Amino acid sequence: MRYLPLTADDRSAMLGVIGAASIDDLFVDVPAAARLDGPIADLPGQASELAVERHMGALARRNRAAGDGPFFLGAGAYRHHVPASVDHLIQRGEFLTAYTPYQPEIAQGTLQMLFEFQSQVARLLGTDVANASMYDGSTACWEAVVMARRITKRAKALFSTGVHPHYRSVARTMAKYTGDVLVEGDPELVPTTDWAELAAAVDKDVSCVVVQYPDILGRIDDMAALASACQASGALLIAVVTEPVALGLIKSPGEMGADIVVGEGQSIGVGLQFGGPYVGLFACKAKYVRQMPGRLCGETVDANGKRGFVLTLSTREQHIRREKATSNICTNSGLCALAFSIHMTLLGEAGLRQLAAINHGRAKTAAAELAKVPGVSVLNSAFFNEFTLLLPTAARPVVHQLAERDILGGVSLGRLYPENAGLENGLVVAVTETCTAEDIAAFAAALKEVLA
Amino acid sequence: MPRYYTEEHEWIDVDGDVATVGITDFAQGQLGDIVFVEVPDTGAELSQGGDAAVVESVKAASDVYAPVDGTVTEGNGQLEEDPALVNSDPEGEGWFFRMTLGDKGQLDALMNAAEYKAFCDNL
Amino acid sequence: MSTPNASGWRPEMNAGGADDSTTFTGNRALMLEEPLIFEIGSTETTGVDFDEAAPALDLGTLARSAPIGLPGLSESETVRHYTRLSRQNYAIDLGLFPLGSCTMKHNPRLNEKVARMPGFADIHPLQPQETVQGALAVINELANWLIKLTGMHGVAMTPKAGAHGELCGILCIKAALEARGEDRRVLLVPESAHGTNPATAAFAGFSVEDIPATPEGRVDLEALKARLGPDVAGVMITNPNTCGLFERDMKAISDAVHAAGGYVYCDGANFNAIVGKVRPGDLGVDAMHINLHKTFSTPHGGGGPGSGPVVLSEALAPYGPIPYAARYADGSFKLVEEESAGAEHPDTFGRMTAFHGQMGMFTRALTYMLSHGADGLKQVAEDAVLNANYILRSLDDVLEAPFGGSGPCMHEALFTDNGLAEGFSTLDIAKGIIDEGYHPMTVYFPLVVHGAMLIEPTETESKAVLDQFIGALRSVALRAKNGDPALKSAPHFAPRARLDETRAARNPVLAWSEPAVAPGEPSLSEIGGS
Repeated sequence: MRYLPLTADDRSAMLGVIGAASIDDLFVDVPAAARLDGPIADLPGQASELAVERHMGALARRNRAAGDGPFFLGAGAYRHHVPASVDHLIQRGEFLTAYTPYQPEIAQGTLQMLFEFQSQVARLLGTDVANASMYDGSTACWEAVVMARRITKRAKALFSTGVHPHYRSVARTMAKYTGDVLVEGDPELVPTTDWAELAAAVDKDVSCVVVQYPDILGRIDDMAALASACQASGALLIAVVTEPVALGLIKSPGEMGADIVVGEGQSIGVGLQFGGPYVGLFACKAKYVRQMPGRLCGETVDANGKRGFVLTLSTREQHIRREKATSNICTNSGLCALAFSIHMTLLGEAGLRQLAAINHGRAKTAAAELAKVPGVSVLNSAFFNEFTLLLPTAARPVVHQLAERDILGGVSLGRLYPENAGLENGLVVAVTETCTAEDIAAFAAALKEVLA
Repeated sequence: MPRYYTEEHEWIDVDGDVATVGITDFAQGQLGDIVFVEVPDTGAELSQGGDAAVVESVKAASDVYAPVDGTVTEGNGQLEEDPALVNSDPEGEGWFFRMTLGDKGQLDALMNAAEYKAFCDNL
Repeated sequence: MSTPNASGWRPEMNAGGADDSTTFTGNRALMLEEPLIFEIGSTETTGVDFDEAAPALDLGTLARSAPIGLPGLSESETVRHYTRLSRQNYAIDLGLFPLGSCTMKHNPRLNEKVARMPGFADIHPLQPQETVQGALAVINELANWLIKLTGMHGVAMTPKAGAHGELCGILCIKAALEARGEDRRVLLVPESAHGTNPATAAFAGFSVEDIPATPEGRVDLEALKARLGPDVAGVMITNPNTCGLFERDMKAISDAVHAAGGYVYCDGANFNAIVGKVRPGDLGVDAMHINLHKTFSTPHGGGGPGSGPVVLSEALAPYGPIPYAARYADGSFKLVEEESAGAEHPDTFGRMTAFHGQMGMFTRALTYMLSHGADGLKQVAEDAVLNANYILRSLDDVLEAPFGGSGPCMHEALFTDNGLAEGFSTLDIAKGIIDEGYHPMTVYFPLVVHGAMLIEPTETESKAVLDQFIGALRSVALRAKNGDPALKSAPHFAPRARLDETRAARNPVLAWSEPAVAPGEPSLSEIGGS
């Protein structure tokens, strides 16, 4: 077998050193009744690289890749062009096959990268500090709610209806078992956010208010007034960003007063990958840093006075604090954080601003084109690269009919909110720099045909 | 001013109705370089044996327990800026908090300096 | 054939410590210093060319006007920056990475190639399901492998990493107890457990109590039985355990816990030792997470991403999370999500992450499983255990093996720092082995052993590599026993000497900020470029 270097001679020589007669002597602690005699039945035997590649290639071809034709899906995962050098660099074996940097003398590459990543994320989100990543946006969002409970010692969280339904669903699952009280619900098909209502609802029992920006329907709004209302009641404002490219163009949540900003970093550097692995962003004001979950990398010096980096403030974490840890998270999303950081370095501020502007421009063009389709209108008064179309009929079947015409034309609200018939005519459409004018024209033409 | 010790390596100085609490020189030696101390808020109600403060080194976090019942009258704010005080002067400038004495009788069960030394020698 | 020290280098060379000659650049030939992107980049530079100029915008007061402060580099500078950084890392691709409990095995490159096929890498999680049948087939096929390899009833595929998998298993237990109308609040966890176990239990609202261990490093069955009762929700046991030993009494433990109305959670971090040799389902386990990045060779990536599917017993499977990929009689696949859960999976505890789990890890793990096959995976466990025992018996004359007398170990060999010279400890051995060109073993874990050194070689190392490592560790151990002062300041040849962790924690610097400049001088960002 190509991954196993021991030879039969090696094995018998080694058994000799150990003083065992056979390999089974080493498994003597496994009860004989449970020990398996031969390979497990109903599973195939070993296969060559060629055979495995053939099998997996056949499965891959049963999927319609985003790049195979017009593609307009978003709703928490976005397709952007990732420069070729990103994927090359993350495949350097020294990054790809390294472990968590517990031995800093021989892990400065990963550590310096994490320090740079934390700095980039904090600047992008407009906060003081960011951690070295979480699993994804949805789990980062729940961790932020838990962190707010720890800081405020209150357990009631108000969710904006514009927060991604999966994120709300994750929070609901956890809250069932932790005793947190969530106030949440589905959005209404209106152009404006519910933030003014939230500001009015914040009181002394509320630990945090969670808003998404841009929200699930693509709406954007100023959160400064909401931040003030939270502050007045001693609650924290948590902002969720699922499309960080937007922050090249619109104000960051931190700038507008958010206390904790979490996000899904996938859209920078990380491909769609059917939903994972992605990279959770987690950032906050400096005064809350000791309540943060996850790993943190910090600057220090070595015994010779040279600058270096280490994992720090580890006493928050599970391997030291055990049942009193801020979170149970251990492995996070290091390699995806690297991809994010490299892509962000390639873009730089100028590139990010231009990329964001192109996205916004394309989306405006697409919204205008699609709104010309009879019976179709655009919900949003303001958006970045994603908006909600109101169709004259349920959007879900339309999505399938578009797919038959090889157009992946957005995410229907029926898929996201299957139990809410009031939303079924909504279609969330994302338009990035990867969507060409031809793609937009083809989408509009197909939509017209399907709705006719 | 009498000083008492607990088996959890806290010391407590009693001055009338008010006591000052910190961790012992032995404890700071075991913990190593202290990097962070969280002292209780003024007004916090403590009960004997309950969590009162947190002290952290690079690789360990330890709870500091209330040696007796009482109410916190002052936390040592200096430790926030300079946690190394716990290493350099654990039984002086490195004190953690001051508290009222809810039940002076609880002091009787604590150790004096000689008893505490013997206790540490046996660890 | 074994060739220890093939390079001819000997520890006594440079015994006085690092060569302290200086260079103009601070570099030392191939050991290259690299500044931060914030020190070499500029906000005006970009390494990306666009098809079009930025269009005019009208976003009103939401427009981001203030500078963000994100430095950019050209592509050539970017490639060099990260390539230079990469060379300051140790990695499996460079050599043995014997971190106990972490299973740092070779990462086959076929896995990487397959994961990057556009049909897997470039599909959106919310695409119409008829356009992603191949992806759903992968999830379903991998699930089938995991169920068969573990002898369990079902598997939850969505957990994002091992600790997330633990949470999934514990939530299944909570949901099952709730369905029975019982409010059991205590989880029993051995002291030797990985820190995620008690952290997970607490995160899910359980209180944690220790399970005592026997002097030979295993769960004390009688003490455990004595603690079981109507308040105990279950146990969390690692098997093979963190001392590298198989829990001989696992079946009896499970039977006792079940008899008392509890559930058995098994931490599957060490599954690599037993894959294909014994099935946890045959030992009475109710839930076990499997770290795909350990047993099934997906890369660790310097700290993730992981993937932690959880296999479930018949008792817990009904409570597993949504979504999952179901296969229908006509050969088609469908995601069971919120919409259909009511009909097909009504007792689910809910969703624990957006989307469907770590697809990029699923494709890699399935590729690995297909490569090995059932026969190859059995050989994996056998070679992993053989390599660990070879290390145990080749070094137990110089390092104390606390449980060496009780029989063979599983996939990892445990030593202590007893018997070193005064003032020398595990840390010095770890730092010394860095100079020999290895990543250190896991140190100071498990906590139940003084100065623990936990060595997991994995099955992907040759005998020659093991022989050289054994020679190196023997040499370092003898230096520690003899009190070699040079060891106290090791490593001498790494990119950095020992780092000041106290300083990092006392005054945390967690993000770059521009150094203060004298008035009138241009700031770094104004100088720009590099």
